[in-house]
Amino acid sequence: MVKVQARSVKREYSIVNSVGKKETLSVLKGLDLDINEGEFITLLGQSGCGKTTFLNLLAGLEKEDEGEILIDGKPLSERDFNRGVVFQNYALLPWRTVIKNLEIGLEIRGVKKKERREIARKYLKLINLTAFENQYPHQLSGGMKQRVAIARVLVYEPELVLMDEPFAALDAQTRESLQIELIRIWEAHKKTIVFVTHSIDEAILLSDRIAFMSDGKVNEIIDVNLPRPRFKYMTSSSEFLKIHEKISFLLQEEAERLQSYGAYL
Amino acid sequence: MRTGKHIKNILFRSIGLFVFLILWELAPRLGWVREIFLSPPSVVITALIEMLLDGSLMPHIVASLLRIFRGLLLAASVGVIMGLLFGYFRRVNQTLDLLFQFFRQISAFALFPVFILFFGLGEVSKTAIIFWASLWPILLNTSAGVRDVEPVLIRSVKSMGASKMYTFLNVILPGATPQIFTGIRLGGSYCVMAVVAAEMIGATSGLGYLVLYSQQIFKVPQMYAAIVALALLGIALNGMLGLLERFFSSWRKL
Repeated sequence: MVKVQARSVKREYSIVNSVGKKETLSVLKGLDLDINEGEFITLLGQSGCGKTTFLNLLAGLEKEDEGEILIDGKPLSERDFNRGVVFQNYALLPWRTVIKNLEIGLEIRGVKKKERREIARKYLKLINLTAFENQYPHQLSGGMKQRVAIARVLVYEPELVLMDEPFAALDAQTRESLQIELIRIWEAHKKTIVFVTHSIDEAILLSDRIAFMSDGKVNEIIDVNLPRPRFKYMTSSSEFLKIHEKISFLLQEEAERLQSYGAYL
Repeated sequence: MRTGKHIKNILFRSIGLFVFLILWELAPRLGWVREIFLSPPSVVITALIEMLLDGSLMPHIVASLLRIFRGLLLAASVGVIMGLLFGYFRRVNQTLDLLFQFFRQISAFALFPVFILFFGLGEVSKTAIIFWASLWPILLNTSAGVRDVEPVLIRSVKSMGASKMYTFLNVILPGATPQIFTGIRLGGSYCVMAVVAAEMIGATSGLGYLVLYSQQIFKVPQMYAAIVALALLGIALNGMLGLLERFFSSWRKL
């Protein structure tokens, strides 16, 4: 079943260029993408290809200029729908304890205090941070903070989870263990996840499909047919390497295109 | 061990104060300055204790404190509310910014005659000058606090479906709180300065009045005692507001 349909979505920004003149910068140039219910899809591409902008549109933080985004067949703007965003820098409220951070989404939805605490505790257990219930975010490590940020979004059971390079600020080891944890959580809840990353390995390890973006469009969709559950050792399997090679090639091509464009300018 | 180190630290930090007190004591004693103009600290402290014991100082301290609290409370309520509006609504900010920058530069002391013209010599004009002096740091710090709340925090609760009201009460207000209290602490120290000026014109009580009055009847040690009392009052108020500020920003990473 298709959850999200993006139809020739366009998004422009007006910016002031280096000479001080106003200019329109078009970031999304007619993006088409279908996202299936319950799938893990990754947006991959060079910086500035429009990944984050598309994510912001889905998050309801910005509006498209042209085209449309349909959720379950209805326009995004007409539907009051639940989504959760996990940001790269966690975005936890620093004056709230871990448990109170987990409760935010429920608070907004008017869930009663006692029930709120109960649900939040359940998710705290899911991310193995029960002992940190009453700590403040600054007392946690980066990896712990990101686990809280992920749980904070799952708590109110959103239909769509959007993740904007959630592991980019973490060290390699923490990153790996969080990838595995994310997959475990995802397999248990089967939420639709849209994931943005720069890392090819991460994209292949996590996703059902990878949408390769360039120049404000989805250029190619790559199916990842690795069996689940997935493990780190699979990165040396032939299927993994085949996909890796394909994406590396696409990125290389893209880099060359951007370079020649730069030379042309 | 640790307490020993602590005491050593305090002693080290008091060196400047001690040297100053010794020089102050010596200057009139050795005839560098005439003693009728500058009383040595031993005499000043004796006068201060005497005034405390015979009960002649307390009413002035109470009078000054009341004026400070009245002015500060008023400035804090008006300043915080206006600062929140000013920081939150960009339109309000744009239309009022120049005016506020202008107002902030007008010294409360310069406005005192204006206040007297409007409100007479009584308490109202005194409250007005204290209010004006402490309003601007509170208002401008509050609005800066609102504007400095990390955008990603606002975006994250918005993406969870938060209303504007929820975002304001649960993200913007707590996020701005540390800076609001920084403003109130600053406003407090301006208050102490303004109360002195206010009490020098048309007052019959307060430490500011006591300084001027003692000078006029040539009770020089009492004059210095009142000045010292004012300094101590300022330190106490600053310390209290500093504690309040630290309490409300305890979640901030050091």
